[in-house]
Amino acid sequence: MIVANKNKIVKLAENLAADEQTLGRSLWADARTRFMRNKAAITSLVVLVLIVLFSFIGPYFAVWTYEQIDWNTMGSAATLGMPSIETGHYFGTDDLGRDIYSRVIQGTQISLMVGVVGATIAVVVGTLYGATSGYIGGRTDQIMMRIVDILMAIPFMFVLILLLVVFGRSIVMLFVGIGLLSWLDMSRIVRGQTLNIKNKEFIEAAQATGVSDYKIIMRHIVPNLLGIVAVYATLLVPGIIIAESFISFLGLGVQEPKTSWGALISEGAGTINYDTEWQLLVPLAFFIVTLFCIYFIGDGLRDALDPKER
Amino acid sequence: MNHQAILQVENLKVNFDVSTEGDMPWTKRKKLKAVDDVSFNLQQGETLGIVGESGCGKSTLARAIIRMVPAESGKALWLGNDLLTLDKIAMRKHRKEIQMIFQDPLASLNPRMNIGEIIAEPLKTHYPKTSKEDIKSRVQDVMDKVSLLHNLVNRYPHEFSGGQCQRIGIARALILKPKLIICDEPVSALDVSIQAQVINLLMELQSEMGLTLIFIAHDLSIVKHISNKIMVLYLGNMVEMANSSDIYAHPRHPYTQALISAVPIPDPEIEKNKELILIEGDLPSPINPPSGCVFRTRCQKAQDICANKKPALNTLNDNHMVACHFSA
Amino acid sequence: MSFLEVNNLNVEFNTADGIVRAVNNVNFSLEEGKIIAIVGESGSGKSQTVFAIMGLLDQNGRATGSVKFEGEEILNLSIKELNSVRAEKIAMIFQDPMTSLNPYMRISEQMAEVLIHHKGLSKTEAIQQSINMLDAVKIPEAKSRIRMYPHEFSGGMRQRVMIAMSLLCHPKLLIADEPTTALDVTVQAQIMHLLADIQKEFGTSIVLITHDLGVVAGNSDDTLVMYGGQVMEVGSTEHVYANPTHPYTQGLMSAVPRLDDKANKLRTIKGNPPNMMLAPVGCPFSPRCKFSQSICATKAPELLRTETKNHQRACHLAPEALL
Repeated sequence: MIVANKNKIVKLAENLAADEQTLGRSLWADARTRFMRNKAAITSLVVLVLIVLFSFIGPYFAVWTYEQIDWNTMGSAATLGMPSIETGHYFGTDDLGRDIYSRVIQGTQISLMVGVVGATIAVVVGTLYGATSGYIGGRTDQIMMRIVDILMAIPFMFVLILLLVVFGRSIVMLFVGIGLLSWLDMSRIVRGQTLNIKNKEFIEAAQATGVSDYKIIMRHIVPNLLGIVAVYATLLVPGIIIAESFISFLGLGVQEPKTSWGALISEGAGTINYDTEWQLLVPLAFFIVTLFCIYFIGDGLRDALDPKER
Repeated sequence: MNHQAILQVENLKVNFDVSTEGDMPWTKRKKLKAVDDVSFNLQQGETLGIVGESGCGKSTLARAIIRMVPAESGKALWLGNDLLTLDKIAMRKHRKEIQMIFQDPLASLNPRMNIGEIIAEPLKTHYPKTSKEDIKSRVQDVMDKVSLLHNLVNRYPHEFSGGQCQRIGIARALILKPKLIICDEPVSALDVSIQAQVINLLMELQSEMGLTLIFIAHDLSIVKHISNKIMVLYLGNMVEMANSSDIYAHPRHPYTQALISAVPIPDPEIEKNKELILIEGDLPSPINPPSGCVFRTRCQKAQDICANKKPALNTLNDNHMVACHFSA
Repeated sequence: MSFLEVNNLNVEFNTADGIVRAVNNVNFSLEEGKIIAIVGESGSGKSQTVFAIMGLLDQNGRATGSVKFEGEEILNLSIKELNSVRAEKIAMIFQDPMTSLNPYMRISEQMAEVLIHHKGLSKTEAIQQSINMLDAVKIPEAKSRIRMYPHEFSGGMRQRVMIAMSLLCHPKLLIADEPTTALDVTVQAQIMHLLADIQKEFGTSIVLITHDLGVVAGNSDDTLVMYGGQVMEVGSTEHVYANPTHPYTQGLMSAVPRLDDKANKLRTIKGNPPNMMLAPVGCPFSPRCKFSQSICATKAPELLRTETKNHQRACHLAPEALL
């Protein structure tokens, strides 16, 4: 193709001079760079990864399983059940002689899983629901949001406990219950952001081009929501873990012999007068450290994805 | 019907329902007359400039023509078909032929897509079966037309300047080889030296590709430069329409006269000796527009008749139309 | 001794990506009762220049150099000292009247606050003087309107309120940062007309920041052209417009579409506005200058006086070479 226009050649040359690389620097890359600069967030990420790794690799170092009973220490946890390397009870035992190390690993697996799965359900359902409602607007939006309002008005714990009592305690029930109720907040937040994005000119441009509503939501709105969604999801996970812990603390959560942080904390709290602090402190430490890490990561994400960026 | 007119808008009206403070959900909403009975013809290859200040309805008019806001009544005949009555599928077909570029260059591009995807989107939307190679070559063709280097295709909008973003927007509008491009304040957000680049680009493209343009702006100097004819809007009403040179040399409507005198000319001598026509007061509320002529509350020539009777659009000589009782 | 004298003003910002020099060696002076317009595009540093004068720079900004107002140094004063200068001697009005007025306070409160703080007036006196000032800027029914909130005013009215607020303490210098950019052209004409009236009546000197060459032409005695943080040319408005001797000024004049112009094609300035994150070497305009020589890219030109009275330019090439 012969470029006959001299001006065009000059313009092309300018662009050439200004160009350095072919690959663009997306907004995600920018955000990642900012996130990496946040020391608290990076440290938290590292700690969190270590905790997760611990829950996978830990069992290989365990001498006892999480349900095995050490008849030697049963009943005398205060004297014989202390954390020690020789007995293989790295974190000590509980009153029934069960190894706390393995039980904590078990609890970590369960609590994290509940947190992540619950948050994922909330994110997927909440985002699609909120984005659709916000984009369509009008009466559909009103109706959809009123449904959310009504569901929100129902006391969360009450429903969860009811479900667990009626349908029996199981991990699946826990997921269903928590998932059913945690997407509500997310949908409101997403709807709010959608309303914000809907008025931007690139949405108008897509409409003027004739892009279908479905494609607009999936290609234009949702990707621009992911920032807020990611931040809010990291805040959801602790909430879900706390909810599950509370349920387990009440005795309605995971069934024995499986355990979770909440159950462990509950048991540990019960024996606190009997000189067996480790039974409470170890699961509590895991619980608190994990939550802190997630909060810091969430904070870091929010700063990194700050909409004030250009 | 003028058989050469590519677009013929007849008596277009656009209303919005507004609720004021203290309204109950069942109170009848008031009507905001955003566009009040606008008509015009557009020939192929022409550029129509639409000027007016805030609240005049120029952006609403553009969006109503392509059905982005619902019109109350009127017709928009595009190549004979009334766009306002077509069903969604038929309208979609015509969207290929009418494209739009927007005011804020950066905001009109999805920040999460790279510019290759942005430019290709209209193509993929209307011709989903196009092969990857074809898409690539069409995108490159159109990037050449707006002088963007091919290897910028993976970059993201925020990595470009305002002028470059506007070129990307133009490239996106061109990829379907449209017949009409509606430009909604495309250079208002750009620096002066960049405005000139984009205006020249649009004019080049117009002559190269035989495009018809509707150019909406509040800056009369720019509109006059690029347009063949100019329509002046005030509070949703057409007050004057004429050829660009005519409108400047012989403005007939008091509002147009005030508008022209208010535009500052970069020449100290001219400015010092200029006879400034100042309109006093504020824009009236479009929910409760003045009776009769909407401009009468700020017009120095207003008489009783202006309050009682709305002036019709009179055609004076040579395509010059004015809506004023005293425009003889 | 000039009324306002700015010498070697530099403004730097300490950002996460390095130090950004927003204003580079700016010199100009203003005589009492005159209006100087500072023109420039994005990245020119025009706003940061006046923010530095008023002490309004962001936390990470640092200003060096000298700004003398009526013979006294006012650059980098302490907040306390600065507050006695602000409003009473130098007042500022901003571009967007909606965001520069507090949306939650009535106009009466916002205006009275200025007088109560600076002049120690009682609330009743302050409100009365405010009403008088609103009358002076031709706000109709000032007495009842003063009780309204900013959002109840139109854009033009809000800007008038801002102007009234800035004049309450009868400052000698008014700095207007793009006061009409957000307004319609007919409203802009009203506001500029108002500023001209005020200038005549109160004898206020004005520093007018804008990018609109038309506004400058009709409303200033002197014009200062900035690009990339530096002064390119400064002189009387008549001279700069009639005979621009800097490539940037020339380019700008021919790129602006004029209502009375019959030219068919606008002469453009190629390239893009400067990226202020990259420290400029040499003349900031050289990448876009059609007369650029090798010295332009390596050495920044000094702002030197020319033969014409009060005229300075910063260019390595002589004016004759630009014809």
